[in-house]
Amino acid sequence: MKVGVLAFQGAVREHMNMLKRAGAEPVAVKREKELYEVDALILPGGESTVIGKFLRETELGRIIIERAKSGMPVWGTCAGMILLAKRIVNENYVHLGLMDIWVRRNAYGSQLDSFIVRRPVLAVSPKPLELVFIRAPYAEKASPGVEVLLELDGKIVAARQNNLLATAFHPEVTDDPSFHKFFLEMVSSDCE
Amino acid sequence: MEERYGQDTNAHPDRYSLNKNLAEMLKGGVIMDVTTPEQAKIAEEAGAVAVMALERVPADIRKQGGVARMSDPKIIKAIKQAVSIPVMAKCRIGHFVEAQILEAIGVDFIDESEVLTPADEFCHIDKKKFKVPFVCGARDLGEALRRIAEGAAMIRTKGEAGTGNVVEAVRHIRTINAQIRKLQNMPREELITAAKEMGAPYELVLYVAQHGRLPVVNFAAGGVATPADAALLMQLGCDGVFVGSGIFKSENPEKRARAIVKAVAHYDDPEILAEVSEDLGEPMPGLELERLESRYAERGW
Repeated sequence: MKVGVLAFQGAVREHMNMLKRAGAEPVAVKREKELYEVDALILPGGESTVIGKFLRETELGRIIIERAKSGMPVWGTCAGMILLAKRIVNENYVHLGLMDIWVRRNAYGSQLDSFIVRRPVLAVSPKPLELVFIRAPYAEKASPGVEVLLELDGKIVAARQNNLLATAFHPEVTDDPSFHKFFLEMVSSDCE
Repeated sequence: MEERYGQDTNAHPDRYSLNKNLAEMLKGGVIMDVTTPEQAKIAEEAGAVAVMALERVPADIRKQGGVARMSDPKIIKAIKQAVSIPVMAKCRIGHFVEAQILEAIGVDFIDESEVLTPADEFCHIDKKKFKVPFVCGARDLGEALRRIAEGAAMIRTKGEAGTGNVVEAVRHIRTINAQIRKLQNMPREELITAAKEMGAPYELVLYVAQHGRLPVVNFAAGGVATPADAALLMQLGCDGVFVGSGIFKSENPEKRARAIVKAVAHYDDPEILAEVSEDLGEPMPGLELERLESRYAERGW
């Protein structure tokens, strides 16, 4: 199964390595033809303002919206979660606007407020996972159609809505491919 | 040991890994020097992945001469207010109090920079004492690994800042790449000799030999003036690009900033590079290195 990683900017290499470990064929996606080749797509961590700008300036944003609406699994980590959200708190724009979550950018503060916690995410793994928050966002609320996978201090940091997955943290920079395997299961159930 | 050398803040494995990973998130991006909140906004809108908040860009520091120090915290705070992307700021080599001040005002990254006048000719900052991440310049692998040993979470080439001349940055990344390739071909018993010769800790030398890369991201910096310069350094293996004077000392900063951002993302696509290189107006005036009064790259060790 071919899984794309949007490759304009950010933690592309980490996701590609993790996908390989989880048993998928990773594809770096910068061009339309690469986007049409993949069964699913990861929007990596990076700067959402930068990646969002590339999505607007190319046809890729439009194609991702179209393909996600017809069922292609899409997973956004950190900046990717912001790209997926239908609402960005305190901003008058959205990027892809696909997922019914209200996201706050840099919600925890500057780099000095970045942190790591270890928690089980029951849908994904019974054992505690390393959750890495780097200048991370969180979702303040979600519509009823959204399945909240993990809350931290009352804030939504992992959620799923049908074929869409969002995490405020970075499983790709850890040693544990559980989250990538979970996403690949979403992709295989979508192919059936 | 611990008592004698104090507590290493960065030595907490979570903190260093968070800091290295912030640098990983910047990959494929352009970090731009800005001197005002207005410039910071232009940079952010043009697609900068972070900004470097400064009082003067390197080209002006070069022109005006004198001792160049950390910027006024007020300017840095105003720039922090203006943008949502990470804000970096420079302190002098070895000036750990300037670094303490920058940490206190909550910058996202500190550049211990040779562009400012060094405060210490013997020691760089013990970066492990800080919570905030540091980026440091390097001309070769030994220098890069020494800075990493001190706690740097990110490396950049020194290049020759404020010249608009990319030749030194190219020299530095080529040197580092060649040294990495050499290590990769060495049997283990030669690595300890290599560590001794390049003046770098053995563990880091071993890591580079095993992985074929630095343990932290390596950006290009110093003399980048055009989209082609930026793409050249990306093709040579840099993870991203700092542009100092190159943007706001050019005729059309906004357009040039956008073009360099695109060139870094599409560094391997000559058609896009051709498109973005078109009609950018005058670049910053370039300087030949032989005519320079001071070589910033020679600062630090």
